[in-house]
Amino acid sequence: MDFQQVIDTDGRIEPRDQMPDAYRQTLVRQIAQHAHSEIIGMQPEGNWITRAPSLRRKAILVAKVQDEAGHGLYLYGAAETLGVDRAELLDLLHAGRQKYSTIFNYPTTSWADVAAIGWLVDGAAIMNQVPLTRCSYGPYARAMTRICKEESFHQRQGFEAMTVLSRGTAAQQQMAQDALDRWWWPALMMFGPPDAASPNSAQSMAWGIKRFGNDELRQRFVDATVPQAEFLGLTVPDPALSWDGEHHRSGEIDWTEFAEVMKGNGPCNRQRLEFRQQAHADGAWVREAAQAYASKHRPVA
Amino acid sequence: MLWEVFVRSRRGLSHTHVGSLHADDAHLALRNARDVYTRRQEGTSIWVVPAAQIVASSPDEKDAFFDPAGDKPYRHPTFYDVPEGLTHL
Amino acid sequence: MTPVQAYTLRLGDDCLVLGQRLSEWAARAPTLEEDVALLNIALDLLGTARSLLGAVGDEDALAFLRAEPDWTNALLVELDNGDFGRTMARQLLVSAYQVPLWAALASSTDPVLAGVAGKAVKEATYHLDHASAWVVRLGDGTAESHARVQAGLDGVWPYAAELFETDPLVESLVQQGITAAPAVLLPVWQQTVERVLAEATLTVPESSWRPTGGRSGRHTEAFGYLLAEMQHLHRAHPGASW
Repeated sequence: MDFQQVIDTDGRIEPRDQMPDAYRQTLVRQIAQHAHSEIIGMQPEGNWITRAPSLRRKAILVAKVQDEAGHGLYLYGAAETLGVDRAELLDLLHAGRQKYSTIFNYPTTSWADVAAIGWLVDGAAIMNQVPLTRCSYGPYARAMTRICKEESFHQRQGFEAMTVLSRGTAAQQQMAQDALDRWWWPALMMFGPPDAASPNSAQSMAWGIKRFGNDELRQRFVDATVPQAEFLGLTVPDPALSWDGEHHRSGEIDWTEFAEVMKGNGPCNRQRLEFRQQAHADGAWVREAAQAYASKHRPVA
Repeated sequence: MLWEVFVRSRRGLSHTHVGSLHADDAHLALRNARDVYTRRQEGTSIWVVPAAQIVASSPDEKDAFFDPAGDKPYRHPTFYDVPEGLTHL
Repeated sequence: MTPVQAYTLRLGDDCLVLGQRLSEWAARAPTLEEDVALLNIALDLLGTARSLLGAVGDEDALAFLRAEPDWTNALLVELDNGDFGRTMARQLLVSAYQVPLWAALASSTDPVLAGVAGKAVKEATYHLDHASAWVVRLGDGTAESHARVQAGLDGVWPYAAELFETDPLVESLVQQGITAAPAVLLPVWQQTVERVLAEATLTVPESSWRPTGGRSGRHTEAFGYLLAEMQHLHRAHPGASW
């Protein structure tokens, strides 16, 4: 069966199959970007590990940030089946030549941000990721299956933490509302530009990499999340939000903000990248040592 | 160096491929596999294999390798009629 | 607080403070694999700490509302992480102590300690294996890694002696069969550490300086910052639930 037949019959492409260059490149770019998002995403939440307000929350947060490292690792592995190397991809990230999700360029300035990230950012990520478990590229789909299975706790812990805050003291409630105010719009932007302005979407859909349009997934997220905010007694920061009898319709998204953050002008773009570059540079001597040791002690075949 | 990881999820089952990881030697590869792939009690035994050591059939040889098995239905029990009313066959 | 509780708290403080230190590595490890591994160790220690603190009182009150002089962890675990070499050297020294300690406590006459130790000994065995593997690779890796891990080891080494100190509390618990005598643990520790350092081509440091005080609440300057960071949010909202 050739590539197109596999795609047409909703089959799966495997690493050594022949595939169009553009398909391979699209996948490498998308999977790498996804992997980068996981490891950059460790920073905003990792920021609160040492300050978590209870030992239970600390353990949950450590486990979650650890999962993100694991998820990055699964995804780099999936990208590597396409003939690229993790080190190469990391170099591209560090050089600013590959992107990661814009959401991680916002700061986590209060504990409620950790809760809001779990609830909103992971909630949006799950919406995006579940369809990817049926992606036409086998290794990516399998990595996503594993990730989605592990990630189901991420959103729940966030919502639980948010529930406690919104039922807590006045200061905690205010912290929770403030976090929702700051994370709501960036979370909606996680689904990407409107389909009409998303030139690559159609091709990705045709290749079975993407299963649903950006707008449809965003709408599903809004429909799922608005009632949750109501449950929490929090106000979604969108005066234009309305119910049309079938759906919760949100107001206009400020796409100029998205474009700015994408360009590198978000509040934390530089900080996140510099942190990554620093960690990578600090670890170089350790990686070299492991290599040197292995070549000294390689078992004779 | 890239390693492929295989995990036996419980006794009685075969090892199954779960993914890959990087390590410079076998000792660390095995421990990394334990940390990365069995955090949620997914395993009772782990294999790690240098990815470069795996010999794989090529998609180009797919027809020659796998098609010839397609026209031998007599290898399968469903090929045979079992007379009505008989059991243990 | 009963003597057993005071002792349980010492062990719990060791685990909590070291877990806190290790969790500072999140997103900073030399490889992604090591990020996962270090946080695994941090989670194990945090889990053990919660069991031990929970056996003494309210875990969060003990973790977040105790003032510095009331903490009884050894100084070694509160030292700053330094580079990866220093972190692994410290881990080796601590885990090589915790393995025989938990092994002995697994048959303690105190059911709480025995229960926690039975689980912790398996975890510590893995931590020791992990730290040993890295100390060996760094020591016997490149000239730079050798120098760095030796420097890290030299820096933390003097603090190890405190782990084997005895005092009236420990002595009375040894007599009751609740814990093992430090004098029994020390040779096991020495043997393990010397074996690993030899394989790592590292020099066993010599030090006549033996800083001490952790068990009686006299800590290093670094510890105040650790507590400030760990406790500030909890303390800023008295009585709040999280």
